[in-house]
Amino acid sequence: MSQENEYFDMDLLRFTTAGSVDDGKSTLIGRLMFDTKTIFEDQLEAIEKSSRRRGDDNINLALLTDGLRAEREQGITIDVAYRYFATPKRKFIIADTPGHIQYTRNMVTGASTANLAILLVDARKGIIEQTCRHAFIATLLRIQHIVLCINKMDLVDYSEEVYERIVEDFKEFASRLDIADISFIPVSALCGDNVVEKSAKMPWYHGPALLYHLEHVYIGPDANHVDARLPVQWVIRPHSHEHHDFRGYAGRIAGGVFKPGDEVVVLPSGFTSKVKGIHTMDGDLDEAFYPMSVALTLEDEIDISRGDMIAKPHNLPHTGQDIDLMLCWFSEKQSLRQKGRYILRHTTREMKCLVREIYYKIDVNTLHKIDEGEVAIGLNDIGRVSLRTSRPLFYDTYRRNRVTGSVVLIDEFTNETVAAGMIR
Amino acid sequence: MHHSYSLNHLKHLESEAIFVLRETAAQFENPAILFSGGKDSIVVVHLARKAFWPARMPFPLVHIDTGHNFEETIAFRDLMVEEIGARLIVGLVQDSIDAGRVIEESGVNASRNLLQTTTLLDTLEKHEFDSAVGGARRDEEKARAKERFFSHRDEFGQWDPKNQRPELWNLFNGRKASGEHFRVFPLSNWTEMDVWQYIRHEELKIPDIYFAHEREVVERNGVLLAVTEFLEVQASETVEQRLVRFRTVGDATCTGAIESGAGTLEAVISEVSAARMTERGTRTDDKRSETAMEDRKVEGYF
Repeated sequence: MSQENEYFDMDLLRFTTAGSVDDGKSTLIGRLMFDTKTIFEDQLEAIEKSSRRRGDDNINLALLTDGLRAEREQGITIDVAYRYFATPKRKFIIADTPGHIQYTRNMVTGASTANLAILLVDARKGIIEQTCRHAFIATLLRIQHIVLCINKMDLVDYSEEVYERIVEDFKEFASRLDIADISFIPVSALCGDNVVEKSAKMPWYHGPALLYHLEHVYIGPDANHVDARLPVQWVIRPHSHEHHDFRGYAGRIAGGVFKPGDEVVVLPSGFTSKVKGIHTMDGDLDEAFYPMSVALTLEDEIDISRGDMIAKPHNLPHTGQDIDLMLCWFSEKQSLRQKGRYILRHTTREMKCLVREIYYKIDVNTLHKIDEGEVAIGLNDIGRVSLRTSRPLFYDTYRRNRVTGSVVLIDEFTNETVAAGMIR
Repeated sequence: MHHSYSLNHLKHLESEAIFVLRETAAQFENPAILFSGGKDSIVVVHLARKAFWPARMPFPLVHIDTGHNFEETIAFRDLMVEEIGARLIVGLVQDSIDAGRVIEESGVNASRNLLQTTTLLDTLEKHEFDSAVGGARRDEEKARAKERFFSHRDEFGQWDPKNQRPELWNLFNGRKASGEHFRVFPLSNWTEMDVWQYIRHEELKIPDIYFAHEREVVERNGVLLAVTEFLEVQASETVEQRLVRFRTVGDATCTGAIESGAGTLEAVISEVSAARMTERGTRTDDKRSETAMEDRKVEGYF
């Protein structure tokens, strides 16, 4: 029984790692997975075999994450790879993404669900363009916790001076970004210093090892428990004898807390009612909050369907058809078109939208705005755009709520997902 | 009042899976659940019941039957279908063979595992299913680590791993042209351990072959294969009676057993947590080449 209790005490931390081939990212992930006993013998044997066949000197841990044929052939990570490991404290989901600029869209995808980002810096090279780009993407996607791992400390004689200089450089750059929580950890992924165990080679460093930090970083306040929002996903109508009049509004709580008796308002109709009950197959609940999937029943019979939003009368989301957002473009086949029409998906709704204006795009390396002449937003570009939606949207700013503040754009002819947007 | 407003990780995964299942019902016209009788698909069905409770889940179950089954699995399947009042559709690989749609493999390691793909695609087409929910997890296999929750398949049922739709936040794009379909994987973020712990927590029934039992087996390429009417035992092989259990449930010709005395869920969980091999390490179908899973998935496999 105690075994189960422990397992049920674990919470979940999603983090992202972005990096390029030679900065030691795969070694770091490999080290975390090895030392937490997540890599299995048959996996290790398989990558040993492939490494030998490829002529690599050491076991190439990248082969663990690079699963697709094309990735193995070209020796690069193309896509986001999801990896899992657990300690008795937490379960971790790693979104491992390639670091080069041509994979910005993959980094954005991986970052969209992460609570924490690990940025790797080569101690010999210090802060480079790529570090800045990754930090910018992490803050743009509202990742609240950033860990700057200064790697390859073994190659700079575990020098405190080198470490301090990199920390200062990064702090100077980061002052232009809005980062809630930054930590700095000097590591050697290859030698295992400060990854799982604290290293004796850097007595001047008084912080925790990386794994300890990942296990203990407090992620509670990241979710919005203030603004009650339930985007209705599905209306449950059993039509059975036993539940004849049951009409449950099913969905995943996107923010705030709902309790039986709470006064609620339904958008777009504006009708108000009270929460009658919060139902699950395991029994009724006293309250529901993000990210629970529940079904609410209301005191009054109101016409509610998928795409409607249940909120509270004194705390409504914004309602509007002119949406200002930061957009990251994903499609290699086409660029964002001025006056272009797309399908916009937001919470559980889909509608048409029109591109009204492209204000500027951002040079993701320097953070400079590019707004001269005709600004074209193409593959991997990030820019500020205004959209006109065919119907009013019920939204919060992305800063306030990741669920009700995010959208994707879909090409109406090819059905491909062409962009992701964060509402300002 | 002290309040943390946090969910433990299994509740988090459960909520995510329920969200995905409700999205599936909402975004597609004719979804189905692929049900093998294995532990992962048992968990999917349980989550689907939770997602639409107190109404019935709006998905029939589809079983692609190679004909090479462990009896226990089929008995379990039929009992479960009756208990929850689900609709079951069975696609028989034998029918595909009889119709000349596929040719049975020959040789020692002959398996109907690959043939399932044709039967699966034919069954989806026959019943006009536009989405099929499966229990695959990203931690199972390296090609599966790149899967989406909503995975697009072209009109030939093929997966294009290099041209997958980006999936951000919880915004899933299930739009498609006619003739195309989707595979949906609500357990994407679950690990083998999560599935076992969830089965224990929810007190779900699973087929007996997951627990230790005496069985006749032969050892072939490091895998213990059950001696059944479908397995050709070679002259060089010795049939032995051993205490075994299965970590995955699949076609009887390619699913290996492991030696184990784990007779209860608790014992199985301890064994899984101490395991040094992945669960698919007992699958001969994955051992055919380094990218065997990716190659089968591209063609439309589960």
